[in-house]
Amino acid sequence: MNDIWYGILQACQLIYTLDQDLIEISVRSLQVTLSALVISSLFALPLAAVLAVKRFKFRRFIIALLNALMGLPPVVVGLIVYILLSRSGPFGALDLLYTTAAMVIAQIVIITPLITSIAHQSLRELWSEYHDLLISMNTSHIQRIKTLLWDARRALLTASLAGFGRAIGEVGAIMIVGGNIDNATRVLTTAIALETSKGDFALALALGFVLILIAIALNLATHWLSKTEREGRW
Amino acid sequence: MFPLIAENLVVEFNGKHILGPLDLTVNKGDISLILGPNGSGKTTLLKSLHGIMKLKRGSIKWSCSDKSSMQKQMFVFQTPIMLRRSVLENLTYPLLLRKVSNSKVHRLATEWAEKIGLKEIMQLSATRLSGGEKQKLALARALITEPEMLFLDEPSASLDGKTTVEIENLLKSCTKNGTTIMMSTHDIGQAKRLAKNILFLNKGILESNQLAETFFLEPKSPNAEKFIAGEILE
Ligand SMILES: Nc1ncnc2c1ncn2[C@@H]1O[C@H](COP(=O)(O)OP(=O)(O)OP(=O)(O)O)[C@@H](O)[C@H]1O
Ligand SMILES: [Mg+2]
Repeated sequence: MNDIWYGILQACQLIYTLDQDLIEISVRSLQVTLSALVISSLFALPLAAVLAVKRFKFRRFIIALLNALMGLPPVVVGLIVYILLSRSGPFGALDLLYTTAAMVIAQIVIITPLITSIAHQSLRELWSEYHDLLISMNTSHIQRIKTLLWDARRALLTASLAGFGRAIGEVGAIMIVGGNIDNATRVLTTAIALETSKGDFALALALGFVLILIAIALNLATHWLSKTEREGRW
Repeated sequence: MFPLIAENLVVEFNGKHILGPLDLTVNKGDISLILGPNGSGKTTLLKSLHGIMKLKRGSIKWSCSDKSSMQKQMFVFQTPIMLRRSVLENLTYPLLLRKVSNSKVHRLATEWAEKIGLKEIMQLSATRLSGGEKQKLALARALITEPEMLFLDEPSASLDGKTTVEIENLLKSCTKNGTTIMMSTHDIGQAKRLAKNILFLNKGILESNQLAETFFLEPKSPNAEKFIAGEILE
């Protein structure tokens, strides 16, 4: 019990003194996940809108595929990305294994189906509301997609936040493709796993607190978004 | 783009006969009101003529290309469809689609906000308006593009006398500018006030298509006679 109290005390001290390692790892975590989030959203949100608005041949198939991908365990995603990026894999020449780029790729694969799926849900709802009006106004597909994306922006941001939450807390895949290398690919979750196994609770707990803070911030942001949605602001 | 000629129009839903067969010509400057009991096919007829309903048989032809005719006609739905945007943004949405210049958008928006009496609440979210305000906004959003053809589906169904008069005045002033109107209504008084032609629909059949004066004096169909007298049709 004493060990744990001591750990918590030390953790607080690390945070209070803005410990170098702690800051570096936290910043790297945010960098990796934010990059994955932006790239994924740029792809997922328009895809969700196209799926909602257009009736095309492989639509059902893509939706089924997204749902299947969403259920894929992150460790398996890590394994697949590892194989693709490894020396003998098809993208081996890019030399991306054990870099933050590889971690970004793995996170993109993990959260894109999730973001697309949640976004598609709200866009489909909005489309059924707007359908008659937009058809009647003879809008083009592009105009429909733009209108939906803009008018559902809060819901889409919520979808992205869900993706962010999934990515920042994920450990299995990025451990495999990133390798948890000190000063290079070590992020919040992989560092916590390592420090815990070493029995160094102080840093592990401090990193854990940072993760919890991020989670709380995410929750507050999501809550605030749904509030502005209800009140019809911005 | 006139006349609009509908020939041998038939609409079915899942094999159930809903409308027609029906022939109809709409000339420039017509103000036609569609009367008929609930479920007689008024909405279906309007949507078919507007070109947003799948026809089982028959054809609808404008004397210009479909594309340019679509740009010149507007539809106001039975239950107003509001974009999840401000009153102002709803009002100017069709102008945005037509890439109208900013200064003209501004001028027209101010003008129409004044006309429908929503000037003070232009920044309010349109989804928060009352039913009557929504209906006025939907009408203004259609009229702001100066359409040559205006379809209205019971635009004053749930409105009080004052708002109904406001809407009728807007319609009268736009017919003076040569807008052709086709609208459905339950309100026989409204038909008498506005119509040049009356179309009487019953169970999907166009039972009479007459000038308003003659329709009210000597309706061609016995059902129409009962309807005018306020009797319930079975
Ligand atoms: N999408 C649909 N699928 C199946 N039946 C439909 C559909 N839309 C309309 N109908 C049916 O078509 C008939 C005509 O409907 P329509 O809405 O044209 O009537 P209406 O004259 O406008 O009635 P109201 O005065 O109540 O608005 C109704 O019996 C309705 O149930
Ligand atoms: Mg109707």
